[in-house]
Amino acid sequence: MMGLDLTLIWAAIIGFGVIMYVLMDGFDLGLGILYPFAPDEESRDVMMNSIAPIWDGNETWLVLGGAGLLGAFPLVYSVFLPALYIGVFLMLAGLIFRGISFEFRFKSKKNRHWWNRAFCWGSAIAAFAQGAVVGAYIQGFAVEDFVYVGGALDWLTPFTVLTGLGLMAGYALLGATWLILKSEGHVQAWAYSIAPKLLLAVLVVFGIVSLWTPLVSLDVRARWLDQLHLIWVFPILAMACAAMLYRSVKRQQEGLPFVMALGLFIFTYLGLIASKWPVIVPPDYTIWDAASAPESQLFMLVGMIFVIPVVLAYTAWSYWVFRGKVKVGEGYH
Amino acid sequence: MELDPLLLSRLQFAFVVLFHAIFPVFTIGLASYIALLHGLFYKTGNTAWDRLALFWTKVFAVVFAMGVVSGIVMSFQFGTNWSNFALATSNFLGPVLSYEVITAFFLEAAFLGVLLFGRNKVPEGVHLFAAIMVAVGTFISSFWILSANSWMQTPAGYELIDGRFHITSWAEAIFNPSFWYRFTHMGMASFLTGGFVVAGVSAWFLLRQRDVEANKKALSMCLWLLLVLTPAQVVIGDFHGLNTLEHQPTKLAAMEGNWETQSNVPLLLFAIPDQDTQTNRFEIGIPDLASIILTHRADGEVPGINEAAPEEQPPVAIVFWSFRVMVGIGFLMIGVALAGLLLRWKGRVFESPLYLKTLVAMIGTPFLAVLAGWIVTEAGRAPWLVYGVMTHAQGLTPSLTGAMALFTLIGYMAVYGVVFVVGIYYLGRVVGEGMLPGADDQDSDEVERPKRPLSAAHTPLEGDDIKGANA
Ligand code: HDD
Ligand code: HEM
Ligand code: HEM
Repeated sequence: MMGLDLTLIWAAIIGFGVIMYVLMDGFDLGLGILYPFAPDEESRDVMMNSIAPIWDGNETWLVLGGAGLLGAFPLVYSVFLPALYIGVFLMLAGLIFRGISFEFRFKSKKNRHWWNRAFCWGSAIAAFAQGAVVGAYIQGFAVEDFVYVGGALDWLTPFTVLTGLGLMAGYALLGATWLILKSEGHVQAWAYSIAPKLLLAVLVVFGIVSLWTPLVSLDVRARWLDQLHLIWVFPILAMACAAMLYRSVKRQQEGLPFVMALGLFIFTYLGLIASKWPVIVPPDYTIWDAASAPESQLFMLVGMIFVIPVVLAYTAWSYWVFRGKVKVGEGYH
Repeated sequence: MELDPLLLSRLQFAFVVLFHAIFPVFTIGLASYIALLHGLFYKTGNTAWDRLALFWTKVFAVVFAMGVVSGIVMSFQFGTNWSNFALATSNFLGPVLSYEVITAFFLEAAFLGVLLFGRNKVPEGVHLFAAIMVAVGTFISSFWILSANSWMQTPAGYELIDGRFHITSWAEAIFNPSFWYRFTHMGMASFLTGGFVVAGVSAWFLLRQRDVEANKKALSMCLWLLLVLTPAQVVIGDFHGLNTLEHQPTKLAAMEGNWETQSNVPLLLFAIPDQDTQTNRFEIGIPDLASIILTHRADGEVPGINEAAPEEQPPVAIVFWSFRVMVGIGFLMIGVALAGLLLRWKGRVFESPLYLKTLVAMIGTPFLAVLAGWIVTEAGRAPWLVYGVMTHAQGLTPSLTGAMALFTLIGYMAVYGVVFVVGIYYLGRVVGEGMLPGADDQDSDEVERPKRPLSAAHTPLEGDDIKGANA
């Protein structure tokens, strides 16, 4: 590859978009999953208030990612979506119900419990579906001559169910540590008490997935064995984050648990990329096979260069505006 | 019975996209109207304009949110059901749809928050600017999406390499031959939608003697607007049709119900097109008129549907009748606008209950016309997905089975059904609540909350106490 490789730039942009989405929508989906277990309706209000101003900003990354993939890596788009057909539908339905329950829960008194349910189920289903996508990506897809040829439910295997549940646990952990940061009193105490349990669940799944992955994906096995010295860096960093997370929760620190949970996700994600790179539609197609025409990538890049800084600045600004603790019975009615 | 994934996918696409189309077509027109109201308030200082602006902004917020929710699904539809098409056209549609999303981002991120929540936080001039930018943003958004669609109708600026479209000229592809016609016609349709909804709601308030002064102002302004816009739409539509004649003659023939290429073609008012026999079973028409409209000569020759082989013909009856619904509504709208002028001349526009009720009844018609228009456009290009190059069958996802397509078709209908029912019900309450008496401190005790369209409306979802907005 000479000079400026647009495909690499786009891989970086999409990679960045995906992790931004996972981290940001992750903690608010996580709160949705924890929702039914909250001690009382008051803490549910706090949970919702802590994400109400920012959640749909978080979801814009999903929309941008969808359109960006079609433009930059159409093969990913045209293989993943048919292969995950049912899962994509479930995820979208989950996100829609969740989205409208944000708006209507507070405007509704009589039927509030229905909106609570929509919020929780919507979040749980969307998180599970996303986790299953990760599993399906590790497994690989039946693709012949650039066309998906597998069945409707190939993606649903014991392995992907496990990754689905694993991501639910991971999101819940993100949500709990976010809540530690944003709440106080009995809500915060509850968040402190569940965080270690969720961490344990995440680590158990993490362990099983790591042992199982070389069995479902031959190329990952080869990669792990060949390049042991490089690949193991990320899991070790992830473990370090987990340890710090545990310690900071025990010491009742407020900000560190969330930061460490983010770190856990980032290093796991990097580890996954390192195991597959540069394959983007496993098992066979690399980012260059999947790329669109250079002139199309260039045309799109012009717009992205403008929009990404704006979105980042705007995101930072809205988190700044809504910094600080959410108090019981305050704010959003 | 065998489930046909192609048919089911087409039904599904038609359903989700028609559902989506309802919302933006309204928000585009309404955004411009809100900007206009802000401008009038800025210039005259008359608080009636301000209160109207505030009221319509609440409605805008709810409709916008529903547009966004249904739009998210759209961006995944190409991949799930039309993956061959998505892969083949991605070099063009990918960037263009990305620009649609990017525009929507800019609009939401920078200006929508200010418009919805910044009333008491930014100077009036800045607020006006935000309102204008939101209106401009909706147009840029529709610019891109209509460019995508028009390119599929009249593809240009590309070459085919290994079954994939590669763009040789972005200018030719984006401004393809049918683009400007579609853009102006659709833009005008948005204004008409906004205009008739505002007129209808104002009339409804007047019938109930609520906020008489402000609503009279709003109605009067709308009627002047509609007087100009309704005939303009017919003219634009006529040009649009001539363009279709040039680039998609078979579609045009289906709109006219004209099977054979011939001269002295009548304008059919009623007919029952029969695809099997390739004739109309029954016709009532005005002699020579179609020839005159399309060629400006009574003996002008108009192409026939059977120039295309039967398997390359669109479903004629659907196209034929949808076209008549749209055009019929177009002329009905002119009639209503003219009646307004007549009544105004007699000084009775605001006093005639019959006229006000007619206006209320007209609220649904622009939506119907828009849906009918899209069905003409889209069904009329069948079996082509990219006109003349790729058919629906070629574009379909190869791995898709009938059962999968049926599952998601029912699924989307259920999900959208719930969203739509709740949304419309809530919209009804927002409208029923009407304008707030001293609309000032509406959002003063709210923290700024960007990007939360629905939060701009404070109406509770159920219960009787509709008055207390912020209680
Ligand atoms: C308020 C809405 C509305 C009204 C009153 C009309 N239309 Fe329309 N029409 C649309 C809204 C619309 C639309 C939804 O915006 C369409 C669908 C796609 C497009 O470009 O515009 C459309 C499409 C459309 C097409 C199809 C073009 C193609 O795809 O090849 C033609 C020929 C016309 N229109 C012509 C007319 C005429 C002669 C009208 C006169 C009475 C008219 N329309 C009224
Ligand atoms: C919001 C406005 C739109 C409406 C109301 C609409 C409506 C429809 C309808 C009714 C069909 C079915 C046609 C048939 O059965 O023969 C259809 C087909 C289709 N349209 Fe559109 N359309 C819109 C915009 C678009 C745009 C912007 C694109 C692409 C960027 C697009 C892509 C397609 C595709 C891929 C199909 C094929 C599936 C099918 O024919 O059912 N549409 N659309
Ligand atoms: C197949 C076609 C379409 C797709 C894939 C699509 C996709 C989307 C998406 C993803 C959004 C949400 C963007 C966001 O706010 O983050 C959206 C909203 C919007 N769309 Fe569409 N859309 C389609 C058809 C249309 C058409 C035909 C128009 C207008 C002519 C249109 C105009 C808009 C506008 C103005 C918005 C902003 C929200 C609103 O005003 O309700 N779209 N669309």
